[in-house]
Amino acid sequence: MPSENSVLINGNRFSYKPGDTILEVAHRNSIDIPTLCYLKGTSPTGACRMCVVEVKGARSLVASCSAPVAPNMVVQTETPQVIEARRMVLQLLLSSGNHNCAVSGSTANNWTEFQLSVIKAEENTELCPVWGDCRLQDLAFRYQVTGERFEPTETAYEMETANPFILRDFSRCIQCGRCVQACNEVQVNQAIHFGYRGAATKIIAAGDRPYINSDCVFCGECVQACPVGALVEKDARYEARPWETQKVRTTCTYCGVGCQIYLHVKNNRVVKASGAEEAAPNFGSLCVKGRFGFDFIDSPDRLKTPLIKDNGTFREASWDEALDLVARKLGEIKAEHGADTIGFLTSARISNEENYIAQKFARAVVQTNNVDHCARL
Amino acid sequence: MTNTIADIEEADVILITGSNTTENHPVISSGVKRAVTQKGTQLIVVDPRRIRITRYADKWLRQNLGTDVAWINGLMHVIIKEGLHDKQFIEERTEGYDELEKMVDKFTPDFVEQITGIPAQELIDAARLYAGAERGCILYCMGITQHTTGTDNVKSLANLAMLCGNMGIAGGGVNPLRGQNNVQGACDMGGLPDVYSGYQKIIDEAARHRMAEAWGVETLPDQPGMKVTHMMPAAHDGTFKALYIIGENPLVSDPDVNHAEKCLDNLEFMVVQDIFLTETAQRADVVLPSACYAEKDGTFTNSERRVQRVRKAVEPPGEAWDDWKILCEIATRMGYAMAYDSSQQIMEEISKVTPSYAGINYERIAHEGLHWPCPTTEHPGTPILHGAQFTRGKGLFHAIDFIEPAEKTDAEYPLYLTTGRLLYQYHTGTMSMRTGGLNQIAPEAFVEISAPDARKFELEEGTLVNIASRRGTIQARIKISRKAVDGTVFIPFHFASAAANRLTNAALDPISGIPEYKVCAVKVSKAA
Ligand code: SF4
Ligand code: SF4
Ligand code: SF4
Ligand code: FES
Repeated sequence: MPSENSVLINGNRFSYKPGDTILEVAHRNSIDIPTLCYLKGTSPTGACRMCVVEVKGARSLVASCSAPVAPNMVVQTETPQVIEARRMVLQLLLSSGNHNCAVSGSTANNWTEFQLSVIKAEENTELCPVWGDCRLQDLAFRYQVTGERFEPTETAYEMETANPFILRDFSRCIQCGRCVQACNEVQVNQAIHFGYRGAATKIIAAGDRPYINSDCVFCGECVQACPVGALVEKDARYEARPWETQKVRTTCTYCGVGCQIYLHVKNNRVVKASGAEEAAPNFGSLCVKGRFGFDFIDSPDRLKTPLIKDNGTFREASWDEALDLVARKLGEIKAEHGADTIGFLTSARISNEENYIAQKFARAVVQTNNVDHCARL
Repeated sequence: MTNTIADIEEADVILITGSNTTENHPVISSGVKRAVTQKGTQLIVVDPRRIRITRYADKWLRQNLGTDVAWINGLMHVIIKEGLHDKQFIEERTEGYDELEKMVDKFTPDFVEQITGIPAQELIDAARLYAGAERGCILYCMGITQHTTGTDNVKSLANLAMLCGNMGIAGGGVNPLRGQNNVQGACDMGGLPDVYSGYQKIIDEAARHRMAEAWGVETLPDQPGMKVTHMMPAAHDGTFKALYIIGENPLVSDPDVNHAEKCLDNLEFMVVQDIFLTETAQRADVVLPSACYAEKDGTFTNSERRVQRVRKAVEPPGEAWDDWKILCEIATRMGYAMAYDSSQQIMEEISKVTPSYAGINYERIAHEGLHWPCPTTEHPGTPILHGAQFTRGKGLFHAIDFIEPAEKTDAEYPLYLTTGRLLYQYHTGTMSMRTGGLNQIAPEAFVEISAPDARKFELEEGTLVNIASRRGTIQARIKISRKAVDGTVFIPFHFASAAANRLTNAALDPISGIPEYKVCAVKVSKAA
């Protein structure tokens, strides 16, 4: 039944709330419209035109991410015309820059030449660092296009490696602007924006300075938002292909926000961290510590065995010896001086379960309430 | 926090004080900035330093260090005088209002200006702004608590929120932001001298009996124990013999580190359980290696009381063990058999003995954490506290007078020192200093000073200086900064090599036992 607040998409009728875009209604009803530049929670920019759909009565295709639905609108999301438009968008993007993954589609000769030029720029013989984890690649595969249709265009800007965390590779930037939205509208760090014009367009920090000399605080929201290999974690680059890693959802170990985080693990090592977009309290956002502060886990300085001090110097000891010693000394001091001469400092950095066991140990085993932690400090 | 993190964005007015939010709680600061830039929320910041969040503030009040009770009483004075308080809320839900009204009577804007340095008109404007909000949210952090009057400061903020009816509503509340990731959980689990898990009081006989029964012991000690800030001096006197420290590094984080060192050295026996050989561990008799967060299962409870899962991603190095397993093994050797299969089994016990966690189990929080209190497994958790009623029934106003900070500047020590954290480092740096990139950006301590002060003391950018207080001296380089206010220098406390806490004052808040990290008197001179 047609009604005031309903819209027809691919022949099915859906209701909507005033202000909804076509894309929002479609996604809510599990209709897949591909996007590149659209970033959830931010204002749509309509930059890429990947999300175009056919709207009955409209003169040209409509970008669904920025078009609000109107009463009784009739929308088709996958017509031949729509598909052709999307293919064109993808072909243009693929021919601009170093998209040296399997979808580039160059013939053997071209490929060698192309790949050699990329190798020269990157000093690395491998394929694009995000291949296997790239929106552009996925869509090129879905719409069966390659980068051969148009003349390749050169990249005008050099890679930026001048900070310890984030690598900016302008040769793979498709200028979708998601990083700009992420920085300005999600984290509101206001560090980057579109700079220059036309063919010279580039995402820049104020004054086209490197991130390290700008207002950037290395939250990495832009990296997580980048659909291609233009912004990547420096350490994870070429280290961890998505199919080689396992993602483990956990809670950040630093501050009390308790961000939900994925640790990406390869061969028993954490190689990367990303924000969990599906859950409170952070919905994908992290700060520099949560996103890049995991090196300490496999630091060579980690304690690996119990240590006992003999005459002022430590020696390694077995668990049995160390545990026996601690149990005996605590027992002796309790017997000689009383339980209340013993104290326990638990920790704001260990788990609830461990804190619970620590106070249970103090109270039930040693029989003292001298339990505290340094959290106020 | 009385409210949730997401809830901050529902406020009409946000008041931030004593929190360098963008550096210490970056993801929360993004929520504040989104509210200000996208929803028209108004922001009041009260902080002596020109911290980054002040860029987003509609009103920025710069108080003298240690004068928080005065400006908060001042705001309340104006609000009451102009009749902007929520009379219905006060009538129905609170007690003690008359005493409060009497107390704040003398805190006229002019009087407050003399104490705090905040211009009278600014105070009046801020009072109108906060009281005018339908939903006013207060965020604070250690800049409020780390004073000899820390407890007074916190109570004063609660007074202010209640006065305007901002409790128990979405977008309101009084919200302390927790510095370390599981401070909330450590307190919830009874890591305090006077309570068991869930804040059940040691002195409550019924609670004591319940715990003794659950733990299978005849009796439990019935007197509250010592706070860390009392254990230290007792160790110094020799009346305190042994300390068992888990995952803490008091030799960088404690006030007056020189004194703390002497205290620990005086102990008969000290055990440290940690992931690194910290400054504190180096002084221990026995050091036990433990697994870090990425190597174990468990839960953390964040600032908004949300209990969330921690999951094992990698194996611990060498022979490091879970902290709970180490303690169980020692307990067993001391004749109390303690054994669990997993952290999940421990959580089952926690939920049995802790009413506020009774409804929490690993299945329920697999996808998204729950806010305690969560009394049953059907209960959805409690995002906003004090909804229909305060926990104690009626909200109690506390009439609080202003007390000066414990230490003042004088001719010999002419500058105030305040301490804090940096975005790129964390606490005593045991973790963050072992992460190359973080260290590269923030490698060492510095003294942040205003340009006029630098001129006055003839110091230039990068000059190596001695900073001395009545307790100790450290060296660091000068950083002239627009963040600094005249008369006060700032030093980040993370760095052991120039531990700001060699200078700080161990004077304590009489109730919370929190030391006055945020105010002490120092002098700065060029290093020879
Ligand atoms: S890392 Fe964060 S602050 Fe820096 S540009 Fe990216 S989004 Fe902006
Ligand atoms: S860097 Fe990435 S997110 Fe930013 S415009 Fe380029 S492709 Fe888009
Ligand atoms: S990612 Fe940053 S803001 Fe989030 S919990 Fe970790 S330290 Fe805190
Ligand atoms: S996703 Fe709609 S224009 Fe890019």
